[in-house]
Amino acid sequence: MYVAVKGGEKAIDAAHSWLAEERRGDTAIPELSVAQIREQMTLAVNRVMAEGSLYDPDLAALAIKQARGDLIEAIFLIRAYRTTLPRFGYTLPIETERMDCIRRISATFKDAPGGQVLGPTFDYTHRLLDFKLAAEGEVPDAPTRDTTPGPVPHITEFLNKEGLIQTEADSDQTPPDLTREPLELPAARALRLQSLTRGDEGFVLGMAYSTQRGYARNHAFVGELRIGTCAVEMEIPELGFAIDIGEVELTECETVNQFKGSKVEPPQFTRGYGLVFGQTERKAISMALVDRALRWKELGEDFEGAPAQDEEFVLYHADNIQATGFLEHIKLPHYVDFQSELELVRKMRAEATTALREAAECA
Amino acid sequence: MSEAYNFAYLDEQTKRMIRRAILKGLAIPGYQVPFASREMPMPYGWGTGGVQVSAAVLTPEDTMKVIDQGADDTTNAVSIRKFFQKTAGVAVTERTSDADVIQTRHRIPEEPLREDQILVYQVPIPEPLRFLEPRETETRKMHALEEYGLMHVKLYEDISRNGAISTAYAYPVKVEGRYVMDPSPIPKFDNPKLEMAAIQLFGAGREQRIYALPPYTKAVSLDFEDYPFEASKADHACDLCGCDTSYLDEVIVDDAGGRMFVCSDTDFCRGRRAEGHIGAQGAPFEEDAA
Repeated sequence: MYVAVKGGEKAIDAAHSWLAEERRGDTAIPELSVAQIREQMTLAVNRVMAEGSLYDPDLAALAIKQARGDLIEAIFLIRAYRTTLPRFGYTLPIETERMDCIRRISATFKDAPGGQVLGPTFDYTHRLLDFKLAAEGEVPDAPTRDTTPGPVPHITEFLNKEGLIQTEADSDQTPPDLTREPLELPAARALRLQSLTRGDEGFVLGMAYSTQRGYARNHAFVGELRIGTCAVEMEIPELGFAIDIGEVELTECETVNQFKGSKVEPPQFTRGYGLVFGQTERKAISMALVDRALRWKELGEDFEGAPAQDEEFVLYHADNIQATGFLEHIKLPHYVDFQSELELVRKMRAEATTALREAAECA
Repeated sequence: MSEAYNFAYLDEQTKRMIRRAILKGLAIPGYQVPFASREMPMPYGWGTGGVQVSAAVLTPEDTMKVIDQGADDTTNAVSIRKFFQKTAGVAVTERTSDADVIQTRHRIPEEPLREDQILVYQVPIPEPLRFLEPRETETRKMHALEEYGLMHVKLYEDISRNGAISTAYAYPVKVEGRYVMDPSPIPKFDNPKLEMAAIQLFGAGREQRIYALPPYTKAVSLDFEDYPFEASKADHACDLCGCDTSYLDEVIVDDAGGRMFVCSDTDFCRGRRAEGHIGAQGAPFEEDAA
């Protein structure tokens, strides 16, 4: 006699235990601490904070540990945690021109006030495996030099003084928040930027790359790329003024894009903007390119039908937590649906076979 | 019950926002109400929409039932039931008649529901027009203008190509003569049951939509006069309980192509066997036997 498959609950518990064991790996090898991940897997931590939309390196490191290094899974853990947090209030806008930069480069000017700082970058490393690291060699201290922190004005603002770059419209409007309101189209630029900054790095990179290869090409230069920490200020009602409540590390990218001018506007450069938590420059540059591509309507350009210009396409598919969930859900049982298709195909095949046979007999 | 979280996991503000969407959905049957879906601790695609709707309608006195593919013991049904036991501390049941709130994926229970029950569906793609028009901006316009010609053309093309409408599940219905609605991926066998005494709520988490059918709302499966809608099922009786009117799963039982058919609604099948019905391969019912 057939006994229906039971025991889903036991199976789930057993799977979870096995997973925990696999996560730990060989117990003869020392366990990774959250602090080690936070300090030595910094760029992974940064990505998890950026796409998880929660600035907390310790929690991001914990999520990476729990997710066995699967960053999308780690981002998911952070998002699910973030959504339960109460909102105490809103900070003042971050002032990135007051950023304490560890890296600041411009591809459009050889030098600029505030100087160029390469910072801790992979850019000019030769990608040769360093076998010394396998032996856990300690690194010598990097050379240091005293600097006097000076102002680091935004480089694109120099172009703005000549009117060579389009001025962004000022707005005191509270930016929309797609984690609190359902996404509705057309989306304001602020909302698009929010979606891009928490969007999947791979997706945003692919979209940006497609614009460089000619799908809505917009000739981007990196006007400025800066990485550093910014103070976060909040107005405390009881005090009546704003105080520092902490600082966040950010990567900001402003691109300068060619623009031919339109019937109503003289030729002028335009901008794309990227701002991402942590040291995440690939993402910030990608974000700026996609932001620029999405601005075609506002700038009076043609819609070329390119994916990166298509707001609905980009915003609906940038979120890796939505994407991975829906993609992976096809693992769940679908036998009821499949059964109904099975019946339909059988019925249609029976009808088709009969029709063919009758046709053959007539011939 | 876990003390670290609010009752049924979501905070009260979020539940209020969801309840408003539900009320709007009930006021405009079949209309997809956008709502600010939250990230849940289970992945999108696992029923986050249904879970949020259930969380918003559950009260501490309620008894809950969760089914997936008609069964209470499928892994995801077990997982969601556990979630509500943990975060809401509600009583749970496998018996359809004992449940106040039933969350379902892909089936409507065989046993008719009552006015004091709520059926919550998990919905993957709430938009019935999505596979004809991928753009949300377009499909919303089509609903607003009641422009459903494209759907009828699709059904017509099915017939001219295959001799039948080739939609077997998620078969679209027209609600009270106005909105075309996706009943979620239930087999079309279940479509006639959509007109029922219970409140039906549909939650799509990833797509951020909630819609509803109030009790006794008309939901007509789309068809043509000469090709009327047909609620089909496997042409067999259940091999365990002998029922020949329930929806059946086909189970492969050996590697020689042998198979049997069993009720997809496990509680319904159990109930019939408890009453003494025996199918072709069934054995007399014993509690907890299968």
